[in-house]
Amino acid sequence: MRERTVPTPGISLDYLMWLFTRLSGIFMIVLGLLGFFYALYLGARTQIDLPTLLRWTFFPNPNHVVNYVADVELGWVNAGLQVLQMAVIFFGVTHGFNGLRMVLEDYFSAGFGQILLRGLIFTLWLVSFIVAIQVILAN
Amino acid sequence: MAFGKSIGLKGLTYQGGGTMLAWLINRIAGLGILIFVGLHVLAGHMTQQGYASDLGIAINTVYEHWAFQLFVVFFVIFHTIHGLRVVVLDFWPQYLRYQRESLWLQWFIILPIYALTAFIMITTALGGG
Repeated sequence: MRERTVPTPGISLDYLMWLFTRLSGIFMIVLGLLGFFYALYLGARTQIDLPTLLRWTFFPNPNHVVNYVADVELGWVNAGLQVLQMAVIFFGVTHGFNGLRMVLEDYFSAGFGQILLRGLIFTLWLVSFIVAIQVILAN
Repeated sequence: MAFGKSIGLKGLTYQGGGTMLAWLINRIAGLGILIFVGLHVLAGHMTQQGYASDLGIAINTVYEHWAFQLFVVFFVIFHTIHGLRVVVLDFWPQYLRYQRESLWLQWFIILPIYALTAFIMITTALGGG
């Protein structure tokens, strides 16, 4: 058994990401509810179906699922919703990849390997973020 | 986490009980969601941009299948409700004395929601809907 290094209390990456994980989790629930209620607001008159409602909840994109839904496109042409979706993407991708980092660092947490691992996860985070933004904007 | 401690496979023999099981499911669910949604966004991107459309559609066909979605729905519901419980207990640690009860409450919320969703999904799928 080798020595453990216990970090000193204060601002550190682990503390900040601990806080971010919890706050972003709450934000994602709130943003999901916003999408949910906006879908009801847009689609209640036309008897919105359950798949459309859920699509709106998580990612209101006309290309989201193969079948085409007119209501989604109507509401999607809206800068406010695009910003909202980018917020969902930011919180989701960061929350997810930080979770991956935490799980992996529970098993591999030694010196240079950790730097390599963090670099790899940071790259994946950045690429996913850019690709997801592209999916939002380029429809 | 990440305190420079590596315990290897010794964790398997730790008798953590229900809260450890919830922690484990939460972890697996989180990684599952990361893989599902990551692949799904990538597939959407490929279909949208026209290159590798066939691959994108193939990934989405698997993603949209009800048997696959049964897992996705469970993972998302569990991760959300468990996450809310963890947030409440972390931000208001005085309620940690009710951890057992909060775990029961968590399952009492998750199971009806999931059972109803799964019932609708399975009957719709088997009915050819």
